[in-house]
Amino acid sequence: MNGGDAAGRLVRPFTLTGGRTRPSRSDFTLITTVTAVDPQPVGGARPQPEHTRILRLCAKPIVVAELATGLDLPVSVVAIMLCDLLEAGRITVRQPRLISRTPDLDLLKKVRDGLGRL
Amino acid sequence: MAASDPTPQGMPAPDAVKILVAGGFGVGKTTMVGSVSEIVPLRTEEPLTTAGLGVDDLDGIPDKQATTVALDFGRISIGDDLVLYLFGTPGQQRFWFMWNDLAIGALGAVVLVDVRRPESSFAAIDFFERRKIPFVIGVNGFYGEHPYEPDEIREALALPEHTPVLLFDARERASCRDVLIALLDQLIATSAR
Repeated sequence: MNGGDAAGRLVRPFTLTGGRTRPSRSDFTLITTVTAVDPQPVGGARPQPEHTRILRLCAKPIVVAELATGLDLPVSVVAIMLCDLLEAGRITVRQPRLISRTPDLDLLKKVRDGLGRL
Repeated sequence: MAASDPTPQGMPAPDAVKILVAGGFGVGKTTMVGSVSEIVPLRTEEPLTTAGLGVDDLDGIPDKQATTVALDFGRISIGDDLVLYLFGTPGQQRFWFMWNDLAIGALGAVVLVDVRRPESSFAAIDFFERRKIPFVIGVNGFYGEHPYEPDEIREALALPEHTPVLLFDARERASCRDVLIALLDQLIATSAR
C-alpha cells in the first residue's frame, strides 16, 4: 500500500505474539497512552527484543497509534504485546477521556480554544 | 486512571481526544491531516482480520499489500495537558469494518466532500448519521475552486439544516483549522442545548 519494504519483514507480525491475534484485555485503543515503568521491575521473564523496543519507545508517554508507527507494526500486534508488558508490570496505561453521549463541555471548550490559537 | 497519573517519571501524560476525518477515496483526507498536524502525518497498517472475510474477496489479487489497510493520523497539542489526534478513516468501502473501532470515543467527525463526485462521501455521511456521531461537511475545493454554495451542497447531500457545510482547501492549514473549529462549535452548541 505504501510501497514499504519490498522484501517484507523477516518475522511475520503475529509470530511476535506467539500466534495470538487478539489481546487478552481491551485496554488498548489507538489513543490510549502507555508509559514504561521506571525503574523496571526486577525478576520475572526477560522481555523479548520487540518488548524491549516498546519499552524504549514508551520511556516517555506515547499513544498506541504512535507506538505502532514507531515500531512499524500493526496496532493489533502492538496491543497484544502491550498486554504482556502490562501484566508483567512493566508499563502503566492511561485511557483516553471517555466521550459519552453528553460530552464534557469544559473539554470541548478547551479543544475549541486550543484550535483557535493555531 | 488516577493511579497511573502522574507517571513514575513525574511527567503527567496528556489527555488524548480524537476527531475522525472521513469521506470517499481520494477526497483529501490525508492532505487535511497533514496540513493541520504538528507532526508529519503518521501511518500505521493493519492486516485484514476475519472481520474482513466475506467482505474482501482477495482471490486473484496477487498483490499482498492488498491485505493491509493504512490509517493516517496527525496530532495537535492543545496546551500541555491535552492532545487532539486526527484519524483519516480508510476511504475504500471494503475497509469499513474498521470504522466502528475508530469511531469509539471520537468527539466527532469531518466528512470531506469532492463536489465533482459527492456520491463517494454518501456512505460516510450515512455511517455517522446512523450512529448519531456529530459531523460537519468540509467541501474540499480542488484547485481552490468552489463552484457551488454551501446551501446547494447541503441540499444535494440531503442534509438537515443544522449540519454545517464549509467550503475549504485541505492544503491550507488555516482552512483546515476553521473546519475543525466549526465542528467544535457544533459540539458545544449541541451539548449546551
